[in-house]
Amino acid sequence: MSTQVAVTQEHTTVVTNGSGAAAILSAGIGSFAIAIFSIAADKSAVVKDLFVFYKPTGALSGETTVAILLWLAAWTILNWRWRKRNVSLPRVNVIALVLLGLSLLLTFPPIGDLF
Amino acid sequence: MEITTRSLWTLVHGMGFGALYLLACSGALALLYLRFSTDAQTQTHASPVSDRFLGIYLTAMAALAWLTVLSGTYIIYPWYRATAPAGTANLAAYPRALLLSHPATKQWHLIGMEWKEHVAWLVPIAITMAAFIAIKYARDLRNHPQLRNALYGFVITSLFAAGIAGFFGAMIDKNAPVDGGQTVRLLQGEKE
Repeated sequence: MSTQVAVTQEHTTVVTNGSGAAAILSAGIGSFAIAIFSIAADKSAVVKDLFVFYKPTGALSGETTVAILLWLAAWTILNWRWRKRNVSLPRVNVIALVLLGLSLLLTFPPIGDLF
Repeated sequence: MEITTRSLWTLVHGMGFGALYLLACSGALALLYLRFSTDAQTQTHASPVSDRFLGIYLTAMAALAWLTVLSGTYIIYPWYRATAPAGTANLAAYPRALLLSHPATKQWHLIGMEWKEHVAWLVPIAITMAAFIAIKYARDLRNHPQLRNALYGFVITSLFAAGIAGFFGAMIDKNAPVDGGQTVRLLQGEKE
């Protein structure tokens, strides 16, 4: 059994990390977009009105819809550019996790209100 | 035993999708550890079946996360933020207005709901990405320690974000429950 596993692992071709990196970085971008759009809608009545895609839900509908579209667009573009390459994952990870951490902080109203 | 349709939806959103997601997070972290630990004893868990199971598990979590935010944003939130007609004395049917009407409860809206409604949306993004990586790389994930690190980071952050949303959701519903709509009879009581 253990010999079979070893043989299988030897014949496994290593897939490039580009697609994974694209997914990771775009997730950071999408998360950060939610935080930025929520602050923008909070600060500007014009932006808030623009984000009202579905009236019963208010600006939250537009903030999240646009952020999701941005996330998917970033993912598609990055994946198209990186899918056959190996990219510097430590750097991508740091950027994505910093964006994710900032999103957690900036969506917290007392911090978001500082801007 | 009766429940209103709005209460039922709140229950499905919070105790159904949301709580199940939180429970699944600890399972996901345990699965990732067992799957990728270098400990020789846990290597027995490494197989194509466990690779596939990890992908299916994270996909199910992503589905739960999307169901939670979509039901919260488009079904329950409109009931929560409905504007009370001028001069309404009883604000029980208008949870947001009810919370804001009292100094002791208004921070549940100003901080709790304002944070919850946005931070919850980080969860489906993070876990969808994790599911994609688990499916795309499957067995090859063993050769990509940095991808695994990102997976851990995003799953843990999604647990934290879902925890914030769940905590405030429970506290807000305790102070100003979303209630109303048709009454659903769950059990017929005995006649006295």
